[in-house]
Order: sequence, then C-alpha cells, then structure tokens
Amino acid sequence: MPAPETVLTVRNLTVRFARSKIHAVDGVSFDLGTERLGIVGESGSGKSTLGRAIMRLLPSAAKVEADQLDFDGAPLLTRSEREMRSLRGNRMSLIMQDPRYSLNPVLTVGKQVAEAALLHQKIGKKEAYAKAAEMLARVRISDVERVMELYPHQISGGMGQRVMIAMMLLAKPRLVVADEPTSALDVSVRGDVLELLDELVRENNSGLMLISHDIRMVAAFCQRILVMYKGRVVETLTRLEDAQHPYTRGLIAAMPDPRKPVRRLQVLDRPAIDALEPRP
Amino acid sequence: MIEVSNLSVSFGSGERRKQVVKGVSFQVAKGETLGIVGESGCGKSTVLRSLAGLDRHWEGEIRLNGQPVERVRSREHLTLAQMVFQDPYGSIHPRHRIERVLAEPARAMKTGEGWDRVAPALEQVGLPAAFAERFPHELSGGQRQRVAIARALMLEPEVLLLDEPTSALDVSVQAEVLNLLADLREERGLTYVLVSHDLAVIAHMCDRVLVMKDGLFVDELDKSDLARGETHHAYSKQLFEASYL
Amino acid sequence: MSLASTSPARGKSGLMLSRLRRSLGNALDKLSHEPVGMLGFLVLSLLVIVAIFAPLIAPYSPSTQNLEQALLPPSWAHWAGTDEFGRDILSRLIYGTRITIQTVLAVSLIVGPIGMLIGIVAGFAGGRTDAILMRFTDIVLSFPSLILALAFAAAIGAGLQTAIIAISLTGWPPIARLARAETLIVRNTDYVAAARLYGASPLRLLFLYIAPMCIPSVVVRLTLNMAGIILTAAALGFLGLGAQPPAPEWGAMISSGRRFMLDNWWVAVMPGIAILLTSLAFNLVGDTLRDILDPRHARS
Repeated sequence: MPAPETVLTVRNLTVRFARSKIHAVDGVSFDLGTERLGIVGESGSGKSTLGRAIMRLLPSAAKVEADQLDFDGAPLLTRSEREMRSLRGNRMSLIMQDPRYSLNPVLTVGKQVAEAALLHQKIGKKEAYAKAAEMLARVRISDVERVMELYPHQISGGMGQRVMIAMMLLAKPRLVVADEPTSALDVSVRGDVLELLDELVRENNSGLMLISHDIRMVAAFCQRILVMYKGRVVETLTRLEDAQHPYTRGLIAAMPDPRKPVRRLQVLDRPAIDALEPRP
Repeated sequence: MIEVSNLSVSFGSGERRKQVVKGVSFQVAKGETLGIVGESGCGKSTVLRSLAGLDRHWEGEIRLNGQPVERVRSREHLTLAQMVFQDPYGSIHPRHRIERVLAEPARAMKTGEGWDRVAPALEQVGLPAAFAERFPHELSGGQRQRVAIARALMLEPEVLLLDEPTSALDVSVQAEVLNLLADLREERGLTYVLVSHDLAVIAHMCDRVLVMKDGLFVDELDKSDLARGETHHAYSKQLFEASYL
Repeated sequence: MSLASTSPARGKSGLMLSRLRRSLGNALDKLSHEPVGMLGFLVLSLLVIVAIFAPLIAPYSPSTQNLEQALLPPSWAHWAGTDEFGRDILSRLIYGTRITIQTVLAVSLIVGPIGMLIGIVAGFAGGRTDAILMRFTDIVLSFPSLILALAFAAAIGAGLQTAIIAISLTGWPPIARLARAETLIVRNTDYVAAARLYGASPLRLLFLYIAPMCIPSVVVRLTLNMAGIILTAAALGFLGLGAQPPAPEWGAMISSGRRFMLDNWWVAVMPGIAILLTSLAFNLVGDTLRDILDPRHARS
C-alpha cells in the first residue's frame, strides 16, 4: 500500500485572541493524509479553534501563526480572503454541530444545495438542481423531490445533517472538517450520519478531521486520534487501549460504561495533569 | 413514593391537538432511581415536567408520597419534588448572586430568611462558601449545575426530578456531577427520576430503566439486564446498539 | 473564607458599599475600552455640571436686555454672539441646559416606570390582559406626539410642564413593547420555571425575576430616546408651545433667531449646535450602555 498522500501539513500552529495572553491553540503540529483523524478534548481545549484556524474562519481578533500550514502542498496563511472563499466549500468544507443553525432558514433545502453547486461549479441552473437531487439521493434521503421543497425547520435533525453533508461534499473537497457533527442528533441516527460521512470521504479520497468531545465515538470511527488539552496535543493514539497520558486515561475512565458498572465514576486528577503539562 | 397511573398529556386543541404522552403508568419506590430513556420528542421530558408540576395539561393521576396532587400545586405539594434542569446556563437567574439563588426557595416559601443556609448548602455540593458572592456567569458549567442541585435541595424534597442533568457538560465534569448525585442520594435517602437520551448515564445511575417511544413505554430493564445488555424490545435493542458505537 | 464571617451580618452598609464600588469599577473599566462612549459620557457630565453651576459659569445674565449690543457677531466678549435684544447667546445656552435636562429627566422618569409596568404585566399575564393592554398601547402609539402636544397646549396653555406631559403621554408605548418582548422571553426560561417550582408568587416573579432582566434594555432605550425627547422639546419650543420667553429654551431660541438667519447666522446656529451635540451625546451613551449593562454581553 502506498503511503497516503498528504492533504494538510500543520507545524507549530498557534492561535491567540486579542487582549488575551493565553494561547487557545499552542504549537500544534500534525499531518493529515487521506485518512480519518479524530481530534478529542473537552470544551476549552482548543479543538474547535484548531478546526476553524485551518479553515481560516476565525474572527479577525484571533492571531493565527504557524511555521507551516500547507494545504495540498501550498501555504494557506498567505492567501487572500478571496482565494480562501473560493477554496472553502470547494476544496475544503466544514460541517458544523447543529444543522438547524447552519442551514439558511428562508431557503428550501433544494435551493440551498443547488446554490452550493452553482457557486463552485460552472454549470447552469437546471444542471445544478439535477446535481443537488443526485447528491441528496446519495446521502440516502428517500423521496428527494419532496424534501427539496421543504424548509430547514420542517426536517429532522438527522436529515438536516445529511443535507448539510450533501451540500458540503458536493464539490468533492480534499479536506473535510467535521466539528461535532453528531452531538445535536439522536443516538440512533448518529451511526448513520458517521457511516455516510465515512463513505463519501473514502469515495472522494479526501482527508477528514473529526472534532468531538466523545472519545469513544472518535476511537471507533477514526484511524488516528489527537488528544488536546489546554491548546496542546498531549497524545496521538491509534487505539484507546494504548493511552498513556493521565488526561486521556482520565477521560476514558470518566465515561460510564454499563457493561462494567462501578459505584463511583473516576474523576480527572487535574493537579496531576497540570503537573505533567505545565503552562507558562 | 411516586405513583403515576394513566398519565396523558396533549398540547394544542382541535385539529392540531397532539398527544405527547399516551396513558402511561409507573411507580417509583422510596430511595429508588428510575431512568427514562428515549429520543428527542418521545415525551420523556413532558412526563417529568408533569411530575414536577410545570406542565398542567395532563390527565390521569399522580400521587406523591401517597397524596394525590392537583394540576396546580399547593406549596406543600411543591416541596415534595424539585427539579434540576438540563441547561445550567439557563436555569439560574443571571442577575442574582449565588447566595440569592440559594436563599430564594426559602424566601419564596416564606419559611425564613434563608441566608444562613447558603454556606452549608454550597458546602454540601462541594463548592467553597466564597462562591456565594459570585454571579452565575463567573462559574463554570459544572459549578452552576452544582448550584442548581443545591437549590433544588433547599426545600428538602424527597424526590429529585433530573432532566438531562449532565448532557450539557464535559465527560469529566459529568462524572463529578453524577458522583455528587449518587452521594446525595445515599446521604439523604432521595428518590430520583432521571431522564436522559444517554443510555450509559442512565445505566450507571438507575436501578430500573423505562424505554420510551412516541409517548409510550416500550420496554423495562433492570440493573442486571443493563449489565448484560439484554433487551426485550426491538427499539431498545436498537438504542442499545447505537449507544456503543 | 472571609465571607463566612461577613455573611451573617449581611445588609451591613460596608458590604453593599464594596459591592457597589466593585461594579462601578467594572463599568468604568469597560467604558475605558469604548472611546466613543467615553466621549459621550464626558459631554453629558459636562452638560450636567454646566446646568448645576449655570449662574457661576455664565458670563452675563440670560435675560437682561441691552439693545445697544443687539446682534453682535461672536467675539471675545460674546463667544457666541448676541441676539436681537442684545442678550449674550452663550449665557442663554448655559441656562438652557437646565431646561433641557429638566425636560429629559422628567420625561424619562415618567415614561420608564409606566412603560415597563404595562409591558411586564402584559407579557407575564398573557391572554386577555395582554390583548387589552397591548391594543391600548397601539392606540397611543398611533398618536403623533407633536399634534397631541399642540392639542394639549391649546387646552391647558403652553409651557414647559405641558411639553413634558405631552411628550410623556406618547413616550411610553415603545418602552412597554420592549418590556413585553423581554418578558415573553424571560417568562419561559428555566430559572423562572424553577422559581415556580419553589412556590414564588406572581408578584415575586414579576419584580425579582422578570423586571431585573428588562431594566438594562429599558435603560438603553430610554437613553436613546432622550435624544428624541430633546428634539421634540426643541420642536415644541420652536412652535412656541414649550417653555415660554424669556426662558432660554434652545428650540425657542432657534425659532426667534430664524428671522435673522441670513444676516446674523449665529443667533440660530449656536442653539442648533447645542441641540446637535447633546442629542448626539445621548445617542453615543445609549449605544455604549447597551454594551456595558449586560454582563453576558461581550463584544468580540
């Protein structure tokens, strides 16, 4: 098997917000090939900021610096906002947590997906609609004709997330950043959405960054996991069983598991972790 | 402790009338923890809100501590069961200091000034007494949820109704809050009804679980069923499998 | 743990004072990040100081006529020139701040509580009470305040008080609507649900839970309204329905200066500038208050 080609190279990425001395993301380095990479951490660990920094979607108050941030072999940080706009949604996509907020409430589903097709591909209106219908069918929405006429508030969360995925993956992006794509969804549809995401990412031969707080879900789904704590990557894992860092082990132990009932759940030993991860 | 028979809840009227809970019955013994699990819109929160006295559209019979309660609760009946809400950011008044948040139950009930009970209440949920001075926005999500639990206990209810009490929290904080709830249950002999979509949390906390779907209970699982992953209904099997992805 | 010792003795003025000082310090800290708002606050404080110490500051009497010195252009002796009766315009403007601030404060003090009470009760009670109160609000809202003031002045005679009453009468509906909208949101929050569960009475809910949430936006709205109040008061003065001559009301000053506009511009322009600066300052302050008063609100 040939080594996976690199989609994204990140070296020493740092994000700092104006006025704040704390680094939201602190010297993160990794390579992303055509693989599924999980980014795990608690709220405030900087995982979402990392995803957005790579998409260059942070507000202007955020200072993003890196020794190297290459996407598809070309540096990202020096690009103009215009170039980024044509890149986003085309070569790189972001799937967000709650489809209710990321879909436009005043446009029908069909219009929105067709709009996305129009925007990034040189095709006519008719073709865009056909393409949208095809893509919606691809994300296993039955009765595509009817769903295309619906407004976002008329569809369920699971279906909304599928529409979102259809929209984002329409242009066959090289990089997909999924920020908690399933945490607003019911348990029973989570699996479907992840499976679908996986299928499309494999098909397009793209790289996926799955950002989540749910370490077990990420472990089941991703080939590699970066564990983040206070803006830094503390550990890179391929299997949960290999976890060495007390933070990672604490996170795993804190989750209740009905198959191994315990009387009290383990809580994080924060002083021990902070001793291991000193911050200036 | 809790006896519910034939509880139905409907919203709207005429053509648009929608029955959310369709005649459910259950009992919870004193000191027991009952879990209700289900997906969004299945009616689990509505059952809880009816038990608490927040929803007044219910029909059927609810008995707390052997006494039948009305739709509009009397003060005595209100003190029997208190509720902890899902969102710790929305369940505490943003302009009240923590001491006021904790003193309010006693003041509203006219059972005293309440200020002197603030420090012990904070201590009981593992927060320093100095937090009394703070505003909610100066606390983290987990700390707020502790305050919400302390507030629910101020009237010394025998029943705590927990509506997804940890789903807005990080796993490590969730573990702390679940441990706190378990300790309080032991110390005070409390009875819990815990509603959640997360089977793992429910299974960890509860002696017995009711699986709810479309306004009805489709399955009942006890502790040994949960440990063995045994189910009696296709839907609960599906839920179970999805939870261990 | 210093609190453990101080908290039984709560209500002590020392505790209250330290809290007040802390929140005041907080507000000042936030204000220092808003240079434009700071400017507005400075202008307003200057205005209040001028109003209080008008007799000490004003170089001349605002009402003594001196026909030999009529219509002099701005000079070192008369910074803003003199009017057709030879009165120093700067002194008149300085005394005029008293009238302006009096009007603004009186109207705000009448309009704020009334509007808030009606809005909160309507939003909280809902149903028929809400419908009746809001339809009444709509009716009042459809009255143009200037016309109502005209009718009022005709009925009980022109004067500052008439102006204040007339402006207040039509000033409360926007406040009521705002308070009602806020109440509708607050009414359905979990913290109000929790308060219902521990038996808080409707009055308690209204005044301890809902009203505090409405106050910031009402204060902001009132501050922004003040600019409008100044303009309406000036318009009434201009029409001769506000404060009566020789009182140095700014609108009335523009009105009388209008006749000399072409040859002696300063007579009308100077009070115009005063009105402009004051209403601008109120607007800036209102905008800044919106950012500061809400502890949850953080500007990125």
